[in-house]
Amino acid sequence: MIAELGHYALVLALGLALVQSVVPIIGVRARDAVLMGVAEPTALAQFGFVTFAFGALVACYVTSDFSVATVFENSHSAMPLVYKITSAWGNHEGSMLLWVLILAVFGSLVALFSGNLPDELRATVLAVQSWIMAAFLLFILLTSNPFARLAEAPFEGRDLNPVLQDPGLAIHPPLLYLGYVGFSISFSFAIAALLEGRIDAAWARWVRPWILAAWMFLTVGIAMGSYWAYYTLGWGGWWFWDPVENASLMPWLAGTALLHSALVMEKREALKVWTILLAILTFSLSLIGTFLVRSGVLSSVHAFASDPMRGIFILAILVVFIGGALALYAWRAPLLKQGGLFAPISREGALVLNNLFLTAACATVFVGTLYPLALEAVTGEKISVGAPFFDATFGPLLVLLLLAVPFGPLMSWKRGDLLAVSQRLLGAFAAAGFGILVTLAVQGRPALAALGIGLGLFVIAGAITDLVERTGLLRAPPATVVQRAVGLPRSAWGAALAHIGLGLTLLGIIGETQWGSERIVSLKPEQHVAIGNYDLTFEGTVTRDGPNYRELAATFAVQRGGEFIGMMQPSKRTFATRSTTTTEAALMMQGVSQLYLSLGDPGPDGSVTVRLYYKPLVLLIWLGAVVMMLGGAMSLSDRRLRVGAPKPGKRKSEMQPAE
Amino acid sequence: MTLLRLLVLCGVLFGTPAAFAVEPNEVLADPALEERARSLSRTLRCMVCQNQSIDDSAAPLAHDLRVLVRERLKAGDSDPQVLDFLVARYGEFVLLKPRLEWQTALLWLTPLMVLIAGTIAVIAAVRRQHRAPGADKLSAAEEARISELMKSVGD
Repeated sequence: MIAELGHYALVLALGLALVQSVVPIIGVRARDAVLMGVAEPTALAQFGFVTFAFGALVACYVTSDFSVATVFENSHSAMPLVYKITSAWGNHEGSMLLWVLILAVFGSLVALFSGNLPDELRATVLAVQSWIMAAFLLFILLTSNPFARLAEAPFEGRDLNPVLQDPGLAIHPPLLYLGYVGFSISFSFAIAALLEGRIDAAWARWVRPWILAAWMFLTVGIAMGSYWAYYTLGWGGWWFWDPVENASLMPWLAGTALLHSALVMEKREALKVWTILLAILTFSLSLIGTFLVRSGVLSSVHAFASDPMRGIFILAILVVFIGGALALYAWRAPLLKQGGLFAPISREGALVLNNLFLTAACATVFVGTLYPLALEAVTGEKISVGAPFFDATFGPLLVLLLLAVPFGPLMSWKRGDLLAVSQRLLGAFAAAGFGILVTLAVQGRPALAALGIGLGLFVIAGAITDLVERTGLLRAPPATVVQRAVGLPRSAWGAALAHIGLGLTLLGIIGETQWGSERIVSLKPEQHVAIGNYDLTFEGTVTRDGPNYRELAATFAVQRGGEFIGMMQPSKRTFATRSTTTTEAALMMQGVSQLYLSLGDPGPDGSVTVRLYYKPLVLLIWLGAVVMMLGGAMSLSDRRLRVGAPKPGKRKSEMQPAE
Repeated sequence: MTLLRLLVLCGVLFGTPAAFAVEPNEVLADPALEERARSLSRTLRCMVCQNQSIDDSAAPLAHDLRVLVRERLKAGDSDPQVLDFLVARYGEFVLLKPRLEWQTALLWLTPLMVLIAGTIAVIAAVRRQHRAPGADKLSAAEEARISELMKSVGD
């Protein structure tokens, strides 16, 4: 019964979405406030129905109702409760429902927190949101119904893929989808602006918090996915340039560019047309990302045809939304007036440079991901594009971008002075140079790695320089510094933090890739394996039972420089239902570095094969992403205050008298 | 979602769950040769896997290829010779970093083309903007009004 109610709630939500797609637009045309006002309650009601449907699905999983097909396929009565819940979205149908739920959350948030928007704009934005909603609900109802029943209910489920039985599944997909779907709002705003043929700095101010929020979620969502892969896959990699990862990286790159170009638009009314295009592209890439992953087209062109209905539906949604948006853009964008002039050497110029590199990086990932597919479709020839390609192309672009990062925030708007900025960055240059020398002295080769460390330090020190300059630290009396620090807009703190995070991630990447070491050995009890300063003694194995698996765990005593510092216990879990095995690597933190130990097959003589890594600075990769997210949160708190304020701040009113 | 694909396709599907990629018995005695084998392995695709190098993959085919690479190196092949040998046997598909050829030119040149096209677009936009009338220049009437105002301020 509960499954049918959930299904019915989805149908009702679709009905509401169709109403919300049409009526507010008619209202805008007819200048009818009542019709425009329809969008708000329908958005909230949609949220209610979709939440109910999602709750119903989770209830089916929690109660192990195996008469529901997706529950039978992806759940098991012996699973711990948390995995029963998360397995609701650990499959195609459920994850699409999660996508729609998050879309409904964003839709209702726009309805609730857009009181300061002009009525027409709000009505149009909500209507466009609803087009997306309607398309996805139709997709779920027609091709991917998570509530479909089986004629005869099986006694037991087939279990969730053991790899997914991990807390990562509770965190990674929801965060990623919050990011993907969050960009739908800037998309809707862009479409609304094109439909109205009008756009100004106020538009950028309304849309920026949504971009920031989506970007934050996507940043930390990608980082979480990377960490998850790192600790479960058992071979210590954290980024594989896998098409599925690239699918999430592309919207992140475009979204980062959007974040920066919207800044220019908000402060200087420049780059309007470009910002609109980026908003469209970012969400288009989110859609492509979602669907590339969901349609299976990436693994092979042929997988696409395994479910023709789904494949064609996906293609239709992509064509309608991306094609439609770009056509609208081509038609209406020339109507938008350009504003704000600036010299090439200026804050605006620096942000244009940022956009140029990010766009090129995004295009590289896009082409690299889809080229093999396209080539196979056209010539039938199969090629591979993997990590070495991206290292050779994406890498240099990112290095150039990072070199420019510290200059941007220090430039003045309209017309900057490169020489003066370079002088103010002397401290950062010094920090980078010092870092390079120390790295060379301590680690020796490779020289390129030392330069990488220098670059990371340059980015971090550059961001700190910005804060030092703005607060007058080192120059002004302490009281003034404190006063200025408090008075500094939170967005300035946020930008500095985000850039510091970027530098930290780079340091982590350099450390892990350049100085990481690895040992692969077969050990008998009481034998040792050494890596760097560390020495591990294999003490023996134990077998134990988990809720739905058997586990073989090996115990190792870890010594550093002859001193005992702890135990590590990697294990292998065998899940009987799917007769599959997972590796649970043991991780030991040493500051921001890690020892990583994973277990291979046990030998007949009581020996085990282990793969042992020492990964210097590796934790910085993900900590950097968390710092980036905190920077975004800091900026967002600033924006929310200002956006929520009934009257713009003093400085604002001077800049935008027309509002 | 990454995990799902990577694992399902490589570990689970091919029946070698969670065995290691490089097995201890594969490792060559000569560390320099082994280092070359490892860096070559990282650029070679495990062809039955999803975008995994033979260095990462636990599939039996990856094992065979790793052994093959090491055999060629021991026989005295240079790195390009090893790659040529594998391409001759398995086609371009085996290379994770495609060679620059006519059919991959677009792939390799994309970053550069986007940068160049972007730069040209930016320059064109800046020029157009500066040439556009009225954007920053005042009309004759406005100039006159300003000089009037300036005069009145000066008085």
